[in-house]
Amino acid sequence: MWVPELVSNEELSSKQSRTHTQGDQMQYVISAENLTKTYGDVTAVDGISFNVPAGEAFGLLGPNGAGKSTTMKMIGGVSQRTSGSLSIMGLDPESHGPEVRAHLGVVPQQDNLDEELKVRDNLLVYGRYFGLPMSYLRPKADELLEFAQLTDKAKSKVDALSGGMKRRLTIARSLINEPRILLLDEPTTGLDPQARHILWDRLFRLKEQGVTLILTTHYMDEAEQLCDRLIVVDKGRIMAEGSPASLIREYSTREVLELRFGSERNATIGAELEGIGERLETLPDRVLIYAHDGEAALEQVSARGLRPLTSLVRRSSLEDVFLRLTGRSLVD
Amino acid sequence: MTEQSAPSVQGAGGRGPAAPALLRAHSPAVSAARARRWGSFYYAEQVLRVMKGYGWTIVMYGVGQPVAYLFAMGVGLATLVDTNSGAAFGGVSYLAFIAPALLISAAVMTAANEFTFPVMDGFKWRRVYYGPHASPLTPEQIASGHIMAVSLRFLLQSAIYFVVVALFGASPSGWGWVSVLVATLAGLSFGLPLMAYAASIKEDKGQFAMVMRFIVTPLFLFSGTFFPLDSLPLVVRWIGWISPIWHGTELGRVFSYGYEEAPLLTIAHVVFLVGLAVAGWMLTKRQFVRRLGQ
Repeated sequence: MWVPELVSNEELSSKQSRTHTQGDQMQYVISAENLTKTYGDVTAVDGISFNVPAGEAFGLLGPNGAGKSTTMKMIGGVSQRTSGSLSIMGLDPESHGPEVRAHLGVVPQQDNLDEELKVRDNLLVYGRYFGLPMSYLRPKADELLEFAQLTDKAKSKVDALSGGMKRRLTIARSLINEPRILLLDEPTTGLDPQARHILWDRLFRLKEQGVTLILTTHYMDEAEQLCDRLIVVDKGRIMAEGSPASLIREYSTREVLELRFGSERNATIGAELEGIGERLETLPDRVLIYAHDGEAALEQVSARGLRPLTSLVRRSSLEDVFLRLTGRSLVD
Repeated sequence: MTEQSAPSVQGAGGRGPAAPALLRAHSPAVSAARARRWGSFYYAEQVLRVMKGYGWTIVMYGVGQPVAYLFAMGVGLATLVDTNSGAAFGGVSYLAFIAPALLISAAVMTAANEFTFPVMDGFKWRRVYYGPHASPLTPEQIASGHIMAVSLRFLLQSAIYFVVVALFGASPSGWGWVSVLVATLAGLSFGLPLMAYAASIKEDKGQFAMVMRFIVTPLFLFSGTFFPLDSLPLVVRWIGWISPIWHGTELGRVFSYGYEEAPLLTIAHVVFLVGLAVAGWMLTKRQFVRRLGQ
């Protein structure tokens, strides 16, 4: 088991004050102001601003194509912004690319492990890019393999690993330089539920060690589980910002009643449900009734003589927040 | 796995409880400074590790190809040629005449492999360039590291080739070993413009097979490889003039058996090869910066 290497708050803040420039970004490890990126006529990121303090798990939630990955690439110091300002640990990634990247651990959306090398060698080679000596890298690689639950795969070729294992190896690789900031771009996309839970557990442990996590996802459950605070992004703009709970409080009701009347009737039944709950959302496959008490709302529906094929009462989630803000679902 | 070790066991790899205290990465500032200085070497190390996976192929290619060619051409064909040619090959045996050409051609053909498919792999297939790109390394360093590793392969392979040639007695001059460097230069001169092209390809539509068929093969045949270039009609002689194989081969001949040509021509060969390599490097660098930075 990997024993977390705890850095005290004092040590952390003294590190930051060394690396930080004077001014209002003092307490933030990442600071973006009016960040914009255009590709030709397409504006991928449209003037977004946010600050991330040390140790926070900060999420960018939004559908595919919202500009999350582009934002991550700019934070990661691999893509240059079109306008606005950006500072990572007090450094501008445009002028201090290698210095900024030396602070980061990066888990890209698509795995780019070296499939021709063995699992452990992937970690060693990656550590060399940071100029780390082999005397450090060999034991560190073993530690990280343990952390990623891949010790018995150390000598396997990468292509022999499952999707979840590759993802964990990518995370292990991103930790080889002991970064204080970890960028995760859609870390669990394409994984089965069990693999996702293992991964979340590992990310939790990093968070406990005080690593700042920057995470993009289009899974609301992931955002709810992992993020202290998040921004909801759509079409390159920030739609809302806050903790998962406060966003749900602000933009949704406590509970949601989901009703299915069959694809033909869903669209037309809306009028008959008018007045039940605080708000009504009609989707192609179901009708959502937003109410403080979902069971009570369901009773009202029955009282009007309506018989849905299925009904479900659940707590509001970030999915509902997104639906409210954009009128669309997160996952199409 | 995790179950086997108690949470308090601190020494990874059984080093005892004191080990983790020593196990600390140096600061990001040190990482960045080292990467700025040595980054190309770090990436070259990675490419060499991958090459080690097919190291045996490299050695066999280095030994097997010259042995086969020299035996077939130099021993088989040469007995026929040498009795009939008189002084057509500058007064040396046919074996000595073709040996530098084969040495140079082998490097160019290796270049045609190492600067095409692996580059496509880096940008598209397995996206291996994007891993180091997220580290402190820069796109220029990734490109130059790749080039350094391949250059090392040129050197190794050409050195093996040269030893075989020398064993065949086909390098009479004491300066023959310089042709190892010439072969490396010729490999870069052909390979770097090709690398720039490979880095610009977004969609694989068999371009590299076309390069082999319609560029490498004609260059191999019409670069004064098996017969002096001036025995060709002018219509095709230009192929030799623009061919790194021809310029490299002529240089190789100067060193391996004292082939006599105007000194200005010798300088022109060097300038041509270096010029093409430098132009290729500039284009490659620009392509890498542009494509990785998107």
